[in-house]
Amino acid sequence: MYIIVVGGGKVGYYLTKTLVNEGYEVFLIEKNPVKVQLYRDRFGAIVMQGDGAEVATLAAAGAGRADVVIAVTGDDEDNLVICQVARERFGVRRTIARVNNPKNEELFRRLGIDVTVSQTNVILSLIEQQIPERPFVHLLALRHADLAIVEAKVAAESPVVHQPIWQLPLPPESIITAILRRGELIIPTGQTMIEPGDELIIVTKQQREAELRELLCVPATR
Amino acid sequence: MKIIIIGCGRVGAKLANDFAEEGHHVSVVDQRQTAFRRLPSGFRGQLVLGTGIDEDVLRNAGIQQADVFIAVTENDNTNIMAAQIAQVIYRVPKVILRIYDPDRAEIYRELGLTVICPTRTVAEMIEHAVRDHVVPTEPS
Repeated sequence: MYIIVVGGGKVGYYLTKTLVNEGYEVFLIEKNPVKVQLYRDRFGAIVMQGDGAEVATLAAAGAGRADVVIAVTGDDEDNLVICQVARERFGVRRTIARVNNPKNEELFRRLGIDVTVSQTNVILSLIEQQIPERPFVHLLALRHADLAIVEAKVAAESPVVHQPIWQLPLPPESIITAILRRGELIIPTGQTMIEPGDELIIVTKQQREAELRELLCVPATR
Repeated sequence: MKIIIIGCGRVGAKLANDFAEEGHHVSVVDQRQTAFRRLPSGFRGQLVLGTGIDEDVLRNAGIQQADVFIAVTENDNTNIMAAQIAQVIYRVPKVILRIYDPDRAEIYRELGLTVICPTRTVAEMIEHAVRDHVVPTEPS
């Protein structure tokens, strides 16, 4: 398998190193001549100086026979164009773009990039899953439906405490699907009363998460 | 018409001023405050500080109501990404962008964007002037 990596920052460097060690045929394109010289000393002739968004550069790198092009520069617009040029001009079947601004993930998918990697989102989810003390945890994003499953621990000061679920001022498009209370799982009905310290599992729209956090976890989050 | 212009360089500033004088609603987006100095002091359009590839910035500029979207920053890839956001996501009826690189210009023309490639246009005008001894005329 032939893989072209564009962008020799830290991500591109370690990616290239790892892929080489795994035995793949790899080629790295980097703009900065100083970095190129440094990487040539380490990797040999598989490093080339150039602008990976240019047709001539990709052609020289042999994009016509590449199985995968991975764009990991620090600029989302460059990563997008690199992948699109690789696909449209060279028929590269699999294009992977690093997304620096997580808001661009959906956009890139709609513009035909096969896989997007958002470090911001990956790190955020790692943080949220590994710190159990957090009162509001994003458990899962269901991509196409724009849905999210979140876990929220009810603060004693929250206005929802000692209220039945049917009376709660929940944001629209949000449903409490389960309650964890003192180690016990409760499947709630409208009559179920909320107690302080309850851990709620909620299915909601992604854009409602902030409202839910405000309502349930005040003021513990900040 | 509501017209959004990304990039307040020489071309962007001229377009913004021309369209505003014709009575259109113009929003100009640039990430450098100093770029807006190119606009005349009486400019009546909206100035938006930010990058044209950020949807929040574009919504501030009124992309949801835009009839025309023009991407003329100095960076080809910024123009390409901004134009695709306008065309694919917001379905702005008329989207025009500048791409200096002729190869990329051709690729995105094939993908359905309205691309102006000044490199090719200017080169052709000069070649024409040299070959046929014709001095290209520019609108005054």
